[in-house]
Amino acid sequence: MRKQLLVATAALLLAAGPASAQQKSVKIGFISTFSGPVAVIGNDMRNSFELALDHMGRKMGGLPVEVIYEDDGFKPEVGKQKTDKLIESDKVDFLVGYIWSNVLLASMKSAVDSKTFLITSNAGPHQIAGEQCSPFIFSTSWQNDQTPQAMGHYMNQKGVKTAFLIGPNYAAGKDMLGGVASTFKGKIVGQELTKWPDQLDFSAELAKAKAEKPDAIFVFYPGKAGVQFLSQYAQSGLKGQIPLYTAFTIDELSLPLQKDLALGVPGAQQWVNDLPNDANKKFVADYIKKYPGLRPSFYGAQSYDAANLIASAVAATKGNLTDKVAVQKALEKADFKSVRGKFRFNTNHIPIQNFYLQEPVKDQDGNYVLKTVATIVEDNQDRFVTQCQMK
Amino acid sequence: MTLFIEQCLNGLQFGLLLFMLAAGLTLVFGIMDLVNLAHGSLYMLGAYFAATFAAWTGSFVLGAVMALGATLLVGMAVEVIAMRRLYGRDHLDHVLATFGLILFFDELVRLIWGAGGMSLPLPSWLNTSIRILPGVDYSAYKLSIIVVSLVVAAFLYWLVMRTRIGMLIRAGASNREMVGALGVNIKLLFTLVFGLGAALAGLAGLMQAPILTVQIGMGENILILAFVITVIGGIGSIRGAFVAAIMVGLIDTLGRAYFTDLLRLAFSKETAATAAPALSSMLIYLLMAIVLVMRPEGLFPASGK
Repeated sequence: MRKQLLVATAALLLAAGPASAQQKSVKIGFISTFSGPVAVIGNDMRNSFELALDHMGRKMGGLPVEVIYEDDGFKPEVGKQKTDKLIESDKVDFLVGYIWSNVLLASMKSAVDSKTFLITSNAGPHQIAGEQCSPFIFSTSWQNDQTPQAMGHYMNQKGVKTAFLIGPNYAAGKDMLGGVASTFKGKIVGQELTKWPDQLDFSAELAKAKAEKPDAIFVFYPGKAGVQFLSQYAQSGLKGQIPLYTAFTIDELSLPLQKDLALGVPGAQQWVNDLPNDANKKFVADYIKKYPGLRPSFYGAQSYDAANLIASAVAATKGNLTDKVAVQKALEKADFKSVRGKFRFNTNHIPIQNFYLQEPVKDQDGNYVLKTVATIVEDNQDRFVTQCQMK
Repeated sequence: MTLFIEQCLNGLQFGLLLFMLAAGLTLVFGIMDLVNLAHGSLYMLGAYFAATFAAWTGSFVLGAVMALGATLLVGMAVEVIAMRRLYGRDHLDHVLATFGLILFFDELVRLIWGAGGMSLPLPSWLNTSIRILPGVDYSAYKLSIIVVSLVVAAFLYWLVMRTRIGMLIRAGASNREMVGALGVNIKLLFTLVFGLGAALAGLAGLMQAPILTVQIGMGENILILAFVITVIGGIGSIRGAFVAAIMVGLIDTLGRAYFTDLLRLAFSKETAATAAPALSSMLIYLLMAIVLVMRPEGLFPASGK
């Protein structure tokens, strides 16, 4: 009996010993929305993250990876709770995910205070790029303003003189409308913010837009709201009268529901499924193989990149994740193959990247897919980088 | 001016749609004294049925008619299987049990149709706008919602005020025990009323589906509004539900349309744009609070209570 106890104690000591000196595994907390009407987005992000782990043999720098997925329920307060739980009781090394800017803004302080690296694979509120930038916060997506800014450039190219802007009344909605206004050279004849997320009837806003008779309407409605907006836009008789320009309103997840209504409606994006680089071809092909009937979206692509970014940092630091400065330096190098092609971080940890014009089309099998039409801007930097003092 | 007319039509359309939902709710609440939180689930089922049947038959109208029948049957089945055990029990038990039904239906829909939601595409003759007045184009589909809802409202009026069943329904709303004591088959009446309420909810759901898409939990937000209408209009009163629904629809839409401009008179443009959507969504609840203070029984309380 005593012998067994001794052996057990020794085993425990052996097991515990190296852990204090060196990491046993890489622990990642993944926060996204996995319930309710926008769960399709969270699922796509998780699918892509899992695919990335499969591609790296579920090991980063030789260490096994453990991912804990948590559902923010589409609510900032729940997102913060889950973030705190991942930091305090699971003691994760990295936080990843975050679809919604308001969820990220509520959660980021916990990450920064506890010196946990947070890689947002979607949300990009201007605060994280500017005044509240942090050594511990990185983005594999964009700053919110960038995508609509690209759309603003495209609207200039198309000779749009007057525009009406519509978007949801929350952190990202205000960034998006501000973004398009910053590059669009014409006149903005009206702007409507709608209650988010529960207002799904846009008839009052569409009627106002119609009355202003603008050259174009710009909208930002992520997730299901994008489907609802497009169908109401068609029903109100505006389709064919006033062209629509979008950001984050049409993607692979909403397209199967939007169908013909989306055809011919342009959008801007930093990643499109047909970008011709090898990493992307592999990502898209294996995604479709692993998850039959589904297609990856930009949400997934950004999460796939986040997994590879973390793996590159774990490998570069040889798994010593306690040296925060070394991890930060390794992350800043962004030494991985992004599915969007060229990828490097600006000084505020937001990517410098191209934005493409994408358009929904029907392929030869009758599926609705997005295709790259042109490059709108190259090596685009966000407009808040000058306000960032990395401390 | 044309904008104002269009916004009023939008408000009317939204109000009439809410009436469909609130009419069923107020009937069930008033006559059976049953708080049915799962009313929104029947609204959701109506939409899912319509999307499925329309895809099968290839016809929007046929799909809608079949969905209406299907929701009626589901409603009656729910009454026989679940609701019957709740009569005469505490309202808290109703809330608990019907909340359980919401979870049940949400999960059932997830199992059958998946989590991704569906779309119910409109036929091209509805997916346009038509000229109703010189210079005023209005969505053909929204106009058809207005027409269908008015027809249904007229039918309900006829049913409740002019037929024997309606007489029993009104009697039930006023004094249930007495109706039972007079030898009326109250069980059958309850099943019918619940089925009718379910069909009305299903109709609201399937009519809203092309505008708002079909998704899990779609009935939960709108159900809150339906309860507000029931409270404003007076529990058990169809007429009250009709007036209250149109008031709520108009206040909600016109509030959204003009509140920003109104606030702009007093505040900066930025503040107005941010605060208006939040404040205008409170207007309905303010109305409810005022009605509750002035007339706690609602605007048109069912007589004899």
